[in-house]
Amino acid sequence: MSRVNARSLLHAFGLLVVLAFALFPFYWMVSSSLKDQTDLLASPPVWFFRPTLSNYQAIFADQAVTGAVLNSLIVASATTFLSVLLGTPAAYALARFEFRGKADLWFWFISNRMVSPIVLALPVYVLSRQVGLLNTYWVLILVYLTFNLPIVVWICTDQFRSIPRDLEQSARLEGATQFDIFWRIYLPLGIPGVAVSAIFAFIFSWNELLYALVLITSQSLKTAPVVATNFMSGYELPWGKIMATGTVIVLPVTLFALVVSRHMVRGLTMGATK
Amino acid sequence: MSEAKPTRRHHLGYGRWTPFWFLAPAVFALLVVGIYPTLFALATSFRRYNITRRSDMLDGFPFIGFDNYLTVLSDRTFWDSLLLTGQFYLTVVPIQIVLGMAIALMLHRPGWGFLRTLTRVSLVVPLATTYAVVGLIGRLIFNRDFGVANQFMGWVGISSSDWLGNPTGAFIAIVVMDIWQWTPFVALIFLAGLSMVPVDIEEAARLETKSHWALLRYVQLPYLLPGLTAVLILRSADVLKLFDMVFVMTRGGPGAATDLVSIYVQRVGFKVFDLGLASAQAVMLLVLTIVLSRIYIRIFYREIEA
Repeated sequence: MSRVNARSLLHAFGLLVVLAFALFPFYWMVSSSLKDQTDLLASPPVWFFRPTLSNYQAIFADQAVTGAVLNSLIVASATTFLSVLLGTPAAYALARFEFRGKADLWFWFISNRMVSPIVLALPVYVLSRQVGLLNTYWVLILVYLTFNLPIVVWICTDQFRSIPRDLEQSARLEGATQFDIFWRIYLPLGIPGVAVSAIFAFIFSWNELLYALVLITSQSLKTAPVVATNFMSGYELPWGKIMATGTVIVLPVTLFALVVSRHMVRGLTMGATK
Repeated sequence: MSEAKPTRRHHLGYGRWTPFWFLAPAVFALLVVGIYPTLFALATSFRRYNITRRSDMLDGFPFIGFDNYLTVLSDRTFWDSLLLTGQFYLTVVPIQIVLGMAIALMLHRPGWGFLRTLTRVSLVVPLATTYAVVGLIGRLIFNRDFGVANQFMGWVGISSSDWLGNPTGAFIAIVVMDIWQWTPFVALIFLAGLSMVPVDIEEAARLETKSHWALLRYVQLPYLLPGLTAVLILRSADVLKLFDMVFVMTRGGPGAATDLVSIYVQRVGFKVFDLGLASAQAVMLLVLTIVLSRIYIRIFYREIEA
């Protein structure tokens, strides 16, 4: 019996180690954001200190940070809305219609997800400069479709396939058009999948750095990750403000991610593992 | 799906062009934002195209055939960055697989229900953390003067070092941050695999043998292999893409110690502004990615493709 107990305790200990490992950097960021400059620069670092909200007061008074969070919110919401608007009809077609080249088209949608932003950043920079889209919300909203549309199309195709066909057949007998069927039956019933894919699209867009770094040069349009990164220049780094900004960026998407945590693996592997 | 034969289409209530109208907006959007820039990069890669060099512009960005590709192929720095990317992959992925497997087995094992759920949910936190912010946290943790990494080292009796200031330390630092962020992904994939093992088979096997190893090897492993393949391929695509965290933490330095291929290509494009050369590099990366994604699709969606 004692052997079993020892194993069980080892199991609990292992789980606690994993828990600490998973949360430590996040904890360290949040706790650092609550330190004043003296505690931050203490060597060795202090674990127990008088928490202060002064870093948060500083960043919420800083137009650069609040503006950047607002920019991120606008860009991520708009691109999420657009990818759901464009992606759900495509997912419906892939789920319910038969046509030539369907499998190839589906693979093409999915494989867009794997393309590195580094491949597209430069041509998108040159082209958007030519058409005057550089330094606008639009360029980010549009370029983020390259990774958001695949995720929306994939998750929603899967979701729409799971909706029973009898509903649509009876609707058709009553003279509903295909658009009615999509709009009145599939979209409302597919809301769970649509919501999950929208949350994924929002998280990916909110977290994006490379495109935002190179396609936006005007200070007032920079997104939150870029502004947080820009704190990292100069000699005396404002660590408290940096960690407070980091916390403000990470906290909302972490909460979103917890909502879709059950779908996390499927979302990240595009359903290769069920 | 099989009932939808083309000849019976009129029974299905949609015309020949109906799918087209549903698909057109999304396809058009991806053509404009994805394919058109790619074709532009392809065209640019065959030209002398440095937008900071006046002569190139005056010459109308002349066509120079495969010259840019030859330059890339003979560029030591490009190969070094690709090699370093490979080294990085070969360092992080085996560690993530071993740790991920251990974590998955712990989460799968019965007992400690609440703690297990809490731990599983906590794994989502690293995955959702903004990559650039992971870099910021890394810079604080591995700071020479007040970083907590040196404090941990001190506890086990290792003297402090300037992690980000020396080549080996900087490489270790980005490896550690990547392991933190992506081990949960591997663990959750393996956990999904473990939960696919039919309960009665696992129970029967547990009665047969006391050995965890035998259980893993003969009962659970077959269910883990698809996840393992997914990990190997997806992580290689991710490592080729890896930019944000490393850019924030080290900018590729010190020297070229963390100059991964995406960091290098970004620098050629946006610091040197040699579009022809950068496009040639980008096209080569794209070819590599397409090969990877074809393999991925071949393996995982075979039944649909047939």
